[in-house]
Amino acid sequence: MSDVTLPASLQGVEPVKSIRTPARLDYVYTAGRASSRFLHNVANKRLVGQRCPVCHKVYVPPRGSCPTDGVPTEEDVELAHTGTVTSFCVVNVAFMGTLMEIPYVGALILLDGSDIPIMHLIQEVPYDQVHSGMRVEAVWVPDDEIGPTLESIRHFRPNGEPDASFESYKDNA
Amino acid sequence: MGKERVAIVGIGQTKHQSTNDGSIAGVVRTAARRALGDAGMTWSDIDAVVIGKAPDFFEGVMMPELYLADALGAVGKPMFRVHTAGSVGGSTAIVASDLIASGIHERVLTVAFEKQSESEAMWALSVSMPFQPPMHAGAGGYFAPHIRSYMARSGAPDHIGILVALKDRLNALKNPYAHLHEEGITFDSVKDSMMLWDPIRYSETCPSSDGACAMVLTNEAGGDAAAAAGRAPAWVKGTALRSEPTMFAGRDQVNPQGGQDCAADVFAQAGITDPLREIDVVEMYVPFSWFEPMWLENLGFAPIGEGWRYVEDGVTQMTGELPVNCSGGVLSSNPIGASGMLRFAEAAMQVRGQAGEHQIDGARTALGHAYGGGSQFFAMWVVGADKP
Repeated sequence: MSDVTLPASLQGVEPVKSIRTPARLDYVYTAGRASSRFLHNVANKRLVGQRCPVCHKVYVPPRGSCPTDGVPTEEDVELAHTGTVTSFCVVNVAFMGTLMEIPYVGALILLDGSDIPIMHLIQEVPYDQVHSGMRVEAVWVPDDEIGPTLESIRHFRPNGEPDASFESYKDNA
Repeated sequence: MGKERVAIVGIGQTKHQSTNDGSIAGVVRTAARRALGDAGMTWSDIDAVVIGKAPDFFEGVMMPELYLADALGAVGKPMFRVHTAGSVGGSTAIVASDLIASGIHERVLTVAFEKQSESEAMWALSVSMPFQPPMHAGAGGYFAPHIRSYMARSGAPDHIGILVALKDRLNALKNPYAHLHEEGITFDSVKDSMMLWDPIRYSETCPSSDGACAMVLTNEAGGDAAAAAGRAPAWVKGTALRSEPTMFAGRDQVNPQGGQDCAADVFAQAGITDPLREIDVVEMYVPFSWFEPMWLENLGFAPIGEGWRYVEDGVTQMTGELPVNCSGGVLSSNPIGASGMLRFAEAAMQVRGQAGEHQIDGARTALGHAYGGGSQFFAMWVVGADKP
């Protein structure tokens, strides 16, 4: 390329080495049977997991089968709206698409009666007071905004109970 | 492992950096040419090409291997693509190795790359999931709770992550290909860097890099020929791959079963019973500093809960009993798809005695390690200076 003589109008112009081309894909997502049932229950302000008939672990959200035993999970288990923070991250990074004000706390929360933590937000407490073992409760959006999505839970907040012992959640830490 | 012995006879990599004026094709071709040059070969000597990179949606180029066939001299030859997220560079090398061990090919070129300047990996790893709250926290947000769990379980003090970051960045000063060359880095500068994903600081986090790595693998005859020509090969003494589901009840994400099983398998193949004593140098996939003590335990180098003490005692320094990431590791260069292959290649460079300033004198046996996804894909090989 070095022997190409640029027209006068382009001489001295900064070469373009890259351009930014945002891409977007919209999907129609089919939740499937197990997730649909779970989400319909969420729309009725209920958290319903499913128990594996072999290992007896309770999955929430249920996936319809147990990833360990490969069998259908058919027994519904109604779960409390309280749980224990098993671990968490204080996020200080803002980047494209972030809707949250930083810092915010994303936590792994083991709902009482379940055997696998869900990821959700902890609020109504200073971020530097969040800790593993903290007992929390779901804060739902107003009834007229509730729908078939985990966003129907706005966040979790401390429920005032004493911390859970490490022993009680160590299998999920 | 099949019946044919496998030798690594050529290794090449690019200077890893945050932006690269070249195209993806140019980056992979540069690494491949360097590997061929190191092997004393030309494109026509190669029977097949095996290529890997992290997910296509990082750069937004679907199946880039198709358009890269030309740049890699693969026209009219078999070409394979491997997908295993961040571990892919390691898995790709193992697929290449298997093609020779099984006797299908004699000389295979394997390449892995990433061009983060043309992508938004951070964004790509933070996609909104349907019916889920918008957490959007990137890879650091995913791994930070696991690190916090490790700290709680082991009682490790906060400064362990700082020590690992400082070691790797200082090692990188000895590696001309490393992305980050932070001459003035100190314990305090790491400690005072911004807390991004508490407990992960900015300086305990890998950079976003453009780069590629390539290797030429041959059968035993090729390895013997290289040795006779004065170009010492590295011999593959064991390879192992494992994966596990991202989510299941009781999953231990601090010490994943898949990683334990993968390490046990690769050491058994290599006849290693005491890894700490028998492995001379390790290239380990450590994108966030705390993964060094976590993987020391997961791989069986340290007892459970003790990995951080090895860091604190300097065991993993270049002067220690088990040097880890003499190249500077993923913490100093992270062209994601290539990062696993760089670990494998750097391990081979050590036993070939070609690691330059970051060479461990007399290294005879080395481990290359990669992991990916949500700590769910594992790839490892043990390479040695001596024919197995």
